[in-house]
Amino acid sequence: MNAYLKRLIWPLAVLVTLIVVNIAQTGFDFIVPSVHDGRLGGAFVNILRNSVPLLLIALGMTLVIATKGIDLSVGAVYAIGAAIACQWIIDRDQSAFGTILTAVILALLVAAVIGAWNGAMVAYFGVQPIVATLILMIAGRGIAQLITGGQIPSVSDSTPFVELGRGAIATIPVPIVIGVLVFAVLALLTRTTALGMLLEAVGGNPAASRLAGIRSKGITILAYLVCGFCAGLAGLIGAANLGSADANNGGLWIELDAILAVVIGGTALIGGRFFLLGTVIGVAIIETLNVTIINVGLSSQWQFTAKAIVVFVVAVLQSPEFRAWLLKPFRRPDGGEPAPEPADDKEALAK
Amino acid sequence: MSDAPIVQMTGITKDFTGVRALDGVDFTLRRGEIHAVMGENGAGKSTLIKVLTGVHDPDAGRILLDGEPVRFHSPGQAQAGGISTVYQEVNLTDNLSVAENLLAGREPRLGPFINFRAMRRKAKALLDEIGIDLNVAAPLSSYSIAMQQLVAIARAIDIDAKVLILDEPTSSLDRDEVAVLMRVMRSLAERGTAMVFISHFLDQVYEICDRMTVLRNGTLIGEWAVSELPESELIGHMLGREVQTLGALEHRAARHRPDDDVLVSARGLGRKGSVSPFDLDIRPGEVVGLAGLLGSGRTETARLIAGADRADSGALEFRGERLRGHNPRTASARGIGFCPENRKTEGLVGDLTVAENMILAMQAARGWARTVPPARRDALVAEFIEKLDIRPADPDLPVKNLSGGNQQKVLLARWMLIEPRLLILDEPTRGIDVGAKADIQRLVNELSEDGMAVLFISAELEEVTRLSDRIAVLRDRELIDILHQESDMTTDRIVETIVEKGGDK
Ligand SMILES: Nc1ncnc2c1ncn2[C@@H]1O[C@H](COP(=O)(O)OP(=O)(O)OP(=O)(O)O)[C@@H](O)[C@H]1O
Ligand SMILES: [Mg+2]
Repeated sequence: MNAYLKRLIWPLAVLVTLIVVNIAQTGFDFIVPSVHDGRLGGAFVNILRNSVPLLLIALGMTLVIATKGIDLSVGAVYAIGAAIACQWIIDRDQSAFGTILTAVILALLVAAVIGAWNGAMVAYFGVQPIVATLILMIAGRGIAQLITGGQIPSVSDSTPFVELGRGAIATIPVPIVIGVLVFAVLALLTRTTALGMLLEAVGGNPAASRLAGIRSKGITILAYLVCGFCAGLAGLIGAANLGSADANNGGLWIELDAILAVVIGGTALIGGRFFLLGTVIGVAIIETLNVTIINVGLSSQWQFTAKAIVVFVVAVLQSPEFRAWLLKPFRRPDGGEPAPEPADDKEALAK
Repeated sequence: MSDAPIVQMTGITKDFTGVRALDGVDFTLRRGEIHAVMGENGAGKSTLIKVLTGVHDPDAGRILLDGEPVRFHSPGQAQAGGISTVYQEVNLTDNLSVAENLLAGREPRLGPFINFRAMRRKAKALLDEIGIDLNVAAPLSSYSIAMQQLVAIARAIDIDAKVLILDEPTSSLDRDEVAVLMRVMRSLAERGTAMVFISHFLDQVYEICDRMTVLRNGTLIGEWAVSELPESELIGHMLGREVQTLGALEHRAARHRPDDDVLVSARGLGRKGSVSPFDLDIRPGEVVGLAGLLGSGRTETARLIAGADRADSGALEFRGERLRGHNPRTASARGIGFCPENRKTEGLVGDLTVAENMILAMQAARGWARTVPPARRDALVAEFIEKLDIRPADPDLPVKNLSGGNQQKVLLARWMLIEPRLLILDEPTRGIDVGAKADIQRLVNELSEDGMAVLFISAELEEVTRLSDRIAVLRDRELIDILHQESDMTTDRIVETIVEKGGDK
């Protein structure tokens, strides 16, 4: 647990810095929640609410990355999930609870199946994850368009479906409740069972895992399946928030933000150890950053550059070599000589 | 041999989080000498080397090379400075060809391009020099770990170096390859190259080294000329206690009394390009040794029985049942454990902890939903850490931070934990110190007395003869004979068998 917290400390520091910058710009209202019509609001709560689709996808992505994989199709699956639900609802009685429930279940089911398909391609056919999921990244939006018939289906504002994005349970916005629930379920699923360890084994050393008798194929498929499911759920929340499903632009480029969040959170792209809580912080950093850019008065063109800078800072802070280098002037030489560089440089040159 | 020191390390201290790997160690290497660094697993031998070659930064101490203070910050710098190293864990690039691995960084060029023809020719010449014959265009991964070790050595000795460091270069080599290596080392020594040699094979150390430095628990015990320090005293210095444990090593294990019913029976089992079809029976409570030279098919034979590779001919029966779709998972479920020879690439998951690595096979057999209860897990892990004397005895350390020998013990523990019916050990004592080797041999003995069957592979013929009830001898990927008479259980008989039976093929 100690080592675990140590990994989180740098991302947390960056997040806190961002929050402090915002408070300095806009006052304490930024962080203190307010209540409007029985619903929690305020700048920071809104950031959290809006970050839930990204959070869900990034959580799923964390599991996939732990297996040494990657899932590029999540944005497309987001669009498919949204398209299925909205199309199903507008074709039927929009206020009937049954319709909504069927729409949701159907969308999640399809998303999970797509995820499992990705996983099967990787596990059974040995296709490189980036290639396997690229196929659906490209084809998926086409499928979403077929479902919506090239239109943007808009549900009526009175349907209970929109509550998924806009509603509140005991003043807490529904997306936040869903985000917390999914996080809790995944954390319990991976850390109270052996799933987490087996995922890390499969990602950390596939050959050794096979010889240890792990069902690595099943585990890989499960990770992609969960990732697809999460992407579908993210699509539902996004669509409910907007009241419509845009096959072309819904969840566009969200896979890149998700991968970024995972990496900021301390999970290495080469697989193995993963940190769900780190991913949560990574998502919070990305979303807070977007708002910060506006709050400090930079134009939105700055968004990408700023994001790149923050990622750079987090990556560098996480590197032990860099921290050692940074701290070197402050360390006591401890008896030995303070690193006489010239001699070996000379040697190196001589060759 | 002049007495001028070429490398002088003084007061070297290195802390890893929670472990002091080196504590004020001094080390002096003189021109033209072969100097052994001795110590138990985890004593700090590899760390000392890595501090010298810039893999690790020391926390204190100074290093003089040729009388000038140096501090390397990467192995590349050390190499440029004239120190060439073969590290304990072979770290070449698996998917590059043998030639590319041999010459990486100094490929022959044609203008800006690599001259591949010249490269292959040069690689071939290099390998010829140490007397091995490989297809230099094949990927390195297609060769066994022993071959890879030889490639790493060939690479290191080619670079014109003042200092050559060999960290357990012989751990999976046969006596012939060892002899070649020693010949090369001697000729290098004549040319004035200073060498550091680390090995757990005392006979090799006594044969080739001039001096030795002994470490224990990260501290320097002393430096001696080899001729001044008899073996028993050396072991005393290394272990820090008087040793009777080694007595067990001397006389052969008592013969087991295996049951008559057969546990595993292979009939015509084979795989094209790997091993020709063979017949082999293994009974409960019996230790069957596999002996043969490098590349004779020992590992391949074991892998077929373990289900790690798929056989394309013949049949395998386990407890009278014919196995179909035999793979590592079904094998483990039936109680067949397999410790592969390459612990780094096929054995351990470096990022996971000692405890997690130990529990892996047991957990895999239960599936992810049925976690091994934490209390049971902790008890088992603690039991095996103690039984195998794994150091440091911390179950939560990432296994990659353990010394080589201790990693090997973790891998052994993984399979002992599930109490298999058949345990297949491919080079289980590779890189393990004298004390621990005796422990492991005793353990194998005990396990088979309790009714477990063991298939045992070792490049060290003495070890095979000492432990085995029967010995299957292989040559050129073919099982040529099974020795089962007490009088046949000698290394000489094995060597004779290989020579004789091979002759009429
Ligand atoms: N990267 C690391 N991080 C933390 N601890 C380490 C690391 N490398 C080595 N150690 C620890 O330092 C000690 C010395 O290890 P070292 O590898 O030098 O032993 P060794 O003498 O080479 O043993 P062996 O004969 O088993 O190879 C051990 O306790 C080991 O666990
Ligand atoms: Mg070592």
